[in-house]
Amino acid sequence: MIRLVGVEKKLGGQPVLQGVDLSIPVGKLTTIIGRSGEGKSVLLKHMIGLLQPDRGEVWVGDVEISRLSGTRLNDVRKRFAMLFQGAALFDSLSVFENVAFPLREKLRMKGPGVTKRVEEKLGEVGLAGMGHKFPAELSGGMRKRAGLARALVMEPEIILFDEPTTGLDPLMAKSIHDLIVTMQQRFGFTAIMVSHEIPEIFGISDWVAMLRKGKIALMATAAEFQRTTDPEIQEFISVGGTVALPGSLAG
Amino acid sequence: MTNVIEQLGQWAVGRVREMGRMLLFLLSAFAWLVRPPFRFHQFMKQLHFIGYKSVFVVVLTAGFTGMVLALQGYYSLRKFGSEGLLGSAVALSMIRELGPVLAALMVTARAGSAMTAEIGIMRITEQIDALDTMAINPMQYLVAPKLVGGLIGVPLLVALFDVVGIYGGSLVGVDLLGVSEGAYWNSMESAVEWKDVYGGILKSVSFGLIVSWVCCYKGFYTRQSAEGLGRATTEAVVLSSVLILVCDYFLTSVLL
Repeated sequence: MIRLVGVEKKLGGQPVLQGVDLSIPVGKLTTIIGRSGEGKSVLLKHMIGLLQPDRGEVWVGDVEISRLSGTRLNDVRKRFAMLFQGAALFDSLSVFENVAFPLREKLRMKGPGVTKRVEEKLGEVGLAGMGHKFPAELSGGMRKRAGLARALVMEPEIILFDEPTTGLDPLMAKSIHDLIVTMQQRFGFTAIMVSHEIPEIFGISDWVAMLRKGKIALMATAAEFQRTTDPEIQEFISVGGTVALPGSLAG
Repeated sequence: MTNVIEQLGQWAVGRVREMGRMLLFLLSAFAWLVRPPFRFHQFMKQLHFIGYKSVFVVVLTAGFTGMVLALQGYYSLRKFGSEGLLGSAVALSMIRELGPVLAALMVTARAGSAMTAEIGIMRITEQIDALDTMAINPMQYLVAPKLVGGLIGVPLLVALFDVVGIYGGSLVGVDLLGVSEGAYWNSMESAVEWKDVYGGILKSVSFGLIVSWVCCYKGFYTRQSAEGLGRATTEAVVLSSVLILVCDYFLTSVLL
């Protein structure tokens, strides 16, 4: 569904992506890992057209989006949702209004239909009855949950997660991971997550890709990834230790 | 020497690029303004914020400006025995110059800086990116309503400024200094022409555009830090104020 071909990007004169080739499997959870400052978030933003590559192609389905703008790009973006690092909730709107925002602004929905759908999503992410609160009144974990509810409410085909557990304690991080996996399995969307949570990501991801020196150093299933013989990758992932894989992924 | 010329050249290229980007920003905002969906609620919200919420500061400034103008005018005109012309002096100063310029400067300080800060914070906290990912164009959702708010709100505030200023002048001139009420209002009626009012409206529309345009632009391209936001807000207020005064000079020279 999403395919990057030879994507290169410089930011402030510094090369960040230096020929990224990557295919994202449909309906799976793919996690992109890599050292800080390697360009993982930059890579994610290329997939939804928030950044345009200096060279290379970004394909979403059969549409090449790297040179698209305006309405044509918006048409492609309707297939996406994104959960940002800080959740990017609109701070002048309540949680309910934040989740209702895409329904009202994109689908022009009104009335009880909106209320029903928003409350359903808030319930799914564990925020039932919290709709009246404003983002400033929420904890980090609750903000991420509200962001996830807003991402899910349009029932997109693809959801991008930009470090969804940054700044959370381990228990809260685990609950966000569990929520992402549960939602992904229930709705079957294609999930692409940027994360530093090693080894936890090996327990929840179908596929793992590592960005190193501006290129994809390795992309493999979570199980295969952990068995790689590449010393640099082994060093990187062993810092966080290993994790027992679910039966379906082991071997 | 070569270095100095090189730096000067880089500075000039930078300024030209910035001006080009500002112009494209404005054209893009107008292009998105005329495309559906039209968010009437957003326009009204901005008109309320820029217009209604600036009423207090505009009335206060206008009242005291009119009063001090009458005070200064009275003692100057009395030397020539022309106190009866006080009304026309106050009204013409207000309608032609002080109303549009001071009201626009007040809006810049109150609403313009807030616009830059609001959009800038949205940029820093990725709220603008979030709009993009929802296929909602930020120019259409955020900038276009503010542009309309400025274009409609500032002329209305200028009209209010003129009226309050003239009444402020009357309070000091007629009630305190004893100028004949009839002379104050009659001299105004005979001196103020349609082209004065027309000029004031033209200036207020132009200044409204400048405030919204510059303040939205500076907020939209805020650098990703608290310091960047502070700098953007300062630059927005300074640049808007300077452009208002420069534009005022050129419009006056054309209109006179």
